[in-house]
Amino acid sequence: MKTNSENIIIKVQDLVKKFGDFVANDHLTFDVYEGEIFGFLGANGAGKTTAIRILCGLSAPTSGDVEIAGYNVYKQTEKVKKNIGYMSQKFSLYENLTIKENIRFFAGIYGLSGKVIKDRMNELLKSLQITHLKDTLISSLPLGWKQKLAFSIAIFHKPKIVFLDEPTGGVDPITRRQFWDMIYETARSGITVFVTTHYMDEAEYCDRVSIMVDGRIDALDTPAELKKIFNAKNMDEVFLKLARSS
Amino acid sequence: MEVFSIIADQISKSYGDVKAIENISFSVKKDELYGLIGPDGSGKTTIFRILTTLLLPKAGKATVEGFDVVKDFKEIRKISGYMPGRFSLYHDLSVEENLQFYATIFCTTIQENYDLIKDIYVQIEPFKNRKAGKLSGGMKQKLALSCALIHKPKVLFLDEPTTGVDAVSRKEFWEMLKNLQQKGITIIVSTPYMDEAALCDKVALMQKGKILSIDTPEKIVQQYEYPLYQVTSDNMYELPGILNNFSGSISAHRFGDSIHFATRQEIKHDDIHEFLADKGHQQIEFKKITPDIEDCFMALMKNEN
Repeated sequence: MKTNSENIIIKVQDLVKKFGDFVANDHLTFDVYEGEIFGFLGANGAGKTTAIRILCGLSAPTSGDVEIAGYNVYKQTEKVKKNIGYMSQKFSLYENLTIKENIRFFAGIYGLSGKVIKDRMNELLKSLQITHLKDTLISSLPLGWKQKLAFSIAIFHKPKIVFLDEPTGGVDPITRRQFWDMIYETARSGITVFVTTHYMDEAEYCDRVSIMVDGRIDALDTPAELKKIFNAKNMDEVFLKLARSS
Repeated sequence: MEVFSIIADQISKSYGDVKAIENISFSVKKDELYGLIGPDGSGKTTIFRILTTLLLPKAGKATVEGFDVVKDFKEIRKISGYMPGRFSLYHDLSVEENLQFYATIFCTTIQENYDLIKDIYVQIEPFKNRKAGKLSGGMKQKLALSCALIHKPKVLFLDEPTTGVDAVSRKEFWEMLKNLQQKGITIIVSTPYMDEAALCDKVALMQKGKILSIDTPEKIVQQYEYPLYQVTSDNMYELPGILNNFSGSISAHRFGDSIHFATRQEIKHDDIHEFLADKGHQQIEFKKITPDIEDCFMALMKNEN
């Protein structure tokens, strides 16, 4: 992969997030490099969603420093939002708008001009081979298509980073692999991919993986290194060893 | 004669023009752990709703413990435990209140069947005064299972109980199911996770409202028709595309840190080695493997299309 470990695109230092007495993020410190596929794993309730919301500028940290694409999440929240794409685990396109209308809507929010939208839309429809479906309502598409489209729309404004929150849940095994081909292509085009998943085989596709346990990051390395460190034959075993030790 | 707990005979259901399920037939033996395995949109939930009498089939016939899903719906509701895919307990009631509520509407008490839920409920009992809406995903799941069991059902219907659940909690959940099965409850469970199929006694692999195959997980794996190899090299990104160009290639899919490569005929180590080395690949490793359910599912999907 053409990961550029010289360039840090996400810098998190001593991030703490508390809800009352509950510490959801307990002094997180990590870097994500430009152009890498970064897997953000953890058990339910380990604090992943809380951390992602902070990285996206949707929630303020209790303390600590977070820089996204060079912008400070406290002071430059709007700049942060402009430079990222986000695909939520719950399907987030408008079901009662057509494919074309959804693209135009989201691209418009990011302030793209009519001409740019038109050109990129044609390109996108062609590459997904859905030009003939452009006036179809989203609600009538199969889930696999919706997920591919939601991802394409999340990177339509060419952000520096895209956050994917469980993008492949419930998707059939072939579409799931096609989705990962899209992720690879996106990373190759220079967009950093920050992804969560419960499929441990998908953890293997990441350049580096972090594993959260009880609000902390207990492991962060390449899948190959993690398997070595934990003396495990696959990422599933690494995950079990870490999460069960808590 | 075998005694079946669930029989579905040629059932179909449409929503407008959309055929949710088409001519679905299968049968579940008493005390069996039966899996409906398939992605979203394969019709799993529709089958559950018909069997739990919440939806009428457009055509076909189905029975649960000998009761007809249309005529005898009242009887079926008494003997079924149902955990829907979406968390459907009362958010504004506490853990204990929810359990009490479900016990009461089935004319029983928590004490009467506590034995059955004890192993599961003790894990959430420390939070019994917490509102159900404030529980974590794993705890909600345990509460929902406890509520589905509190009237000691003969048949337990679990619609995607492990979707969105982490790998550790998934393992724990399946351990709970195995224990319940020992207590004489028939369990039918749906899941999009292919690896969970191996934990069932029998599975129906589903796609787009149809059943692709029904058998024990072992038999499904045995029916895989091609030689299958596990391949790795120093360029995993390009490897599937290149393997697809090998003559006699059937499919090359990513599987974690390797590629599963199916071919029309047995191939020799040297041939594949030479082929990949020629394309600039190094550190090539290659060995024959037994397929798993996911390999079989993808092969069946391709045949269907």
